[in-house]
Amino acid sequence: MNKFVTFTGLVAPLDRNNVDTDAIIPKQFLKSIKRTGFGPNAFDEWRYLDHGEPGMDCSTRPLNPNFVLNQERYKGASILLTRANFGCGSSREHAPWALADFGFKVILAESYADIFFNNSFKNGMLPLVLPKEEINALFGLVEYSPGFALTVDLAAQKITRPDGYVIDFEVDPFRKECLLNGWDDIGLTLRHADEIREFEERRKREFPWLFAA
Amino acid sequence: MEAKTLYEKLWSSHVVREEPDGTALIYIDRHLVHEVTSPQAFEGLKLAGRKPWRANSIVANPDHNTPTDHWDEGIKDPVSRLQVETLDANIRDTGALAYFPFKDARQGIIHVIAPENGAILPGMTVVCGDSHTSTHGAFAAMAHGIGTSEVEHVLATQCLVQKKSKTMLVRVEGRLGKGVTAKDVALAIIGKIGTAGGTGYAVEFAGAAIRGLSMEGRMTLCNMAIEAGARLGLVAVDEVTVDYLRNRPFGPKGEEFDKAAAYWRTLTSDAGAKFDCTVEVDASQIAPQVTWGTSPEMVLPVTANVPDPKKEADAVKKEGLERALAYMGLQPNMPITAIAIDKVFIGSCTNSRIEDLRQAAAVLKGRKVAANVKLALAVPGSGPVKRQAEAEGLDRIFVAAGFEWREPGCSMCLAMNADRLAPGERCASTSNRNFEGRQGPGGRTHLVSPVMAAAAAIAGHFADVRDIL
Repeated sequence: MNKFVTFTGLVAPLDRNNVDTDAIIPKQFLKSIKRTGFGPNAFDEWRYLDHGEPGMDCSTRPLNPNFVLNQERYKGASILLTRANFGCGSSREHAPWALADFGFKVILAESYADIFFNNSFKNGMLPLVLPKEEINALFGLVEYSPGFALTVDLAAQKITRPDGYVIDFEVDPFRKECLLNGWDDIGLTLRHADEIREFEERRKREFPWLFAA
Repeated sequence: MEAKTLYEKLWSSHVVREEPDGTALIYIDRHLVHEVTSPQAFEGLKLAGRKPWRANSIVANPDHNTPTDHWDEGIKDPVSRLQVETLDANIRDTGALAYFPFKDARQGIIHVIAPENGAILPGMTVVCGDSHTSTHGAFAAMAHGIGTSEVEHVLATQCLVQKKSKTMLVRVEGRLGKGVTAKDVALAIIGKIGTAGGTGYAVEFAGAAIRGLSMEGRMTLCNMAIEAGARLGLVAVDEVTVDYLRNRPFGPKGEEFDKAAAYWRTLTSDAGAKFDCTVEVDASQIAPQVTWGTSPEMVLPVTANVPDPKKEADAVKKEGLERALAYMGLQPNMPITAIAIDKVFIGSCTNSRIEDLRQAAAVLKGRKVAANVKLALAVPGSGPVKRQAEAEGLDRIFVAAGFEWREPGCSMCLAMNADRLAPGERCASTSNRNFEGRQGPGGRTHLVSPVMAAAAAIAGHFADVRDIL
C-alpha cells in the first residue's frame, strides 16, 4: 500500500444521504477478476446516459450533464464531500477500488457503513467522519467557491480550509499508523503467527468439532 | 461473575491477542467463499508467495453469476464464466472443507448451503466477502461480511484485525399475527431504527416472538441485520437451534454432538447483562411490510399510503424522498395496495429456504398469477432445498399458478446473471435491497415477505395477505 502523505486536493460535493455501493459501482462490473480499472465505471448509472457494461470504452459514452462529478469545475477532484451513511449495502471492495481509481484520496461524510469504512482504509483512502455542522458549512463553501480545495494532514489530524479555518478529526491510531507507513496488514498479523498457532491448538483441543475435515 | 452478553462471550472466546487500545486479533473458524469477491484475494495471496493458513475452514461455491435455467447450456456470459472458472481453479489449488461447483447437486446460495450442511455451528466466527454473512448469527455465531482485502487476510492468517462493537438488544415481545413473518419483523425494525440505526453495533434479537421463529425465520432476520447497518445480528441458542443441527453433514455426531450441544446451550446473554442500547418492538403491532422507496428504511405497512415529501421538514431528507418517488414512479399519498407490479421474485439468501417456499406455495395453491404480471420466478436457495420442495409437490403448485420454477442461485436479487428487471419494471421481491438499479438498471424493487410476494402475484398489485389467508 502507498504511504498517505499530506496533500491539498479539490473537493467535489455529492449531496445525498445513503449513497450505496450499488450506486458507487454497479454489479455488472463486479465480474472482473482484477483489482484495477474500476474508475471509469464509478457511479456508472448516474454518470452516463447509456447503460454501461464491462469492456466498453467509457471515453466515448454520453455523459449525464446533471451528475455533479461530470461538471468541469470538479474535474481532478481528490476529496469527496457527502452526507450520512455513505457506502451502505454490499461488502464489495470494488466500491473503494472504483473511488480510489477515480482519484479520490479522502472522503468527508457524517457517517459511513461499517464494511465500506473498513475497506477504504485497506486501499490507502482516508474516510473521515465530520460533524454535521462542518459538513453543512463545507457544502456551502464548495458551491460558492470554484476551485475549493482542502489540505488534509493525517499526522496532525487536521483539515485546513482556504480561509485558514482548521477542522480537527478523529482517526483510529492503528489505522493511522498503517496509512502513514503504507504497512501491509497481513505482514503485520503474521508477526504473531506463533500466537495464532497456539490459540488454534488450544481451540482444537477444546472444540474438536470445529475442525472437522 | 459479571453478567455477559452473548456477543461478549463470542468475542472473548476468539481473541488471539489484544493491543492496549482495544485493537484485537480475532480467530476465524469458518470462511465462506464465492466467486465475486475472492479472485483478487487469491491472486494477492499468490503474488505474495503465501499459502492459505487452514484450507479446511473454507466452504465455497459459485452463486452470484450462475444461471437459473438451461443448465445444459452452461454459463453463456464469458465474463461470468471466467469468474466461476477462476473460483474452480483457486479452490483446486488451495483445497477446502467443501466445494460445490456449478451444477453440483448440493450447490446453491452460499448462505443457504453453509447452514444446511452443518458448516455453521454456534460459537463460531464466520466471515465471507459478502455483507449477508450476517445470516449466520441465527446460530449464535459471530458472522459478518468482509471486503476482499480481508478475505485475503483471513486466507493468509486465519485472523482479522478488529475492535469490539457496541451491543444493541432488539427485544420483540408478543406474538406475530397471521401472515406476518420474520421478513416483516426485519423490515419493521429497519423502518424504526433506519438503515444506519445499527451502525457500529452487534445486535442481538431476543424476546418471545424471536423464540417462536424457526431457524429459517431467524436466518431471514439476521440476514437483514446488515440492512439496518449492524455489524452483525445474533439469536441465542435454544432447543430450536440444537434440533436443527442434528445429523448435518459437517456437524458433530453422537457423543460429540451431546458435548457440543452442552456448550452451545451456554451461548445466551446472561440474565442482567448490560447492552449499550435497547429497542423494544411489539410483535402484535407488526403488519405485513412493503418497501416503497430506494432504501430498505423506506418501508411501510401494506395498509399505509406512500409518503408525501411536502410533510418532511429536513431539506436533505425531503430531496431524498422526492428522488426516491421519482425513481420508483410513485405518487405521494397513493395507497401501497394501488401499486401494480410487473414481476415477482421469490428467492435470495433472505427468503429461499424450504419454509419460505412452503409459505408462498400455501398462498398460491389453487390460484393464478394475475394477467399483468409478466414474469414470476421461484428460485430455491440450493439443490437440497429444490429437491425437498419437489418431494413435497411445491414446484407443481408454483408452476400451476404461473410461476417459473428455476435452478438455485442468487438470481434476480442482484441481477449478475441473466435474471433481471428491464428499465421501469416493478418487482415484488423477497430479496434484501431495493437500491436504484439493484435488480437491473432502472428496475424498481419492492421488498416483501414470500407470502406477500405470492399475494401480489395473484392480485397483480400489492395486497394484504391477511385478507386471503
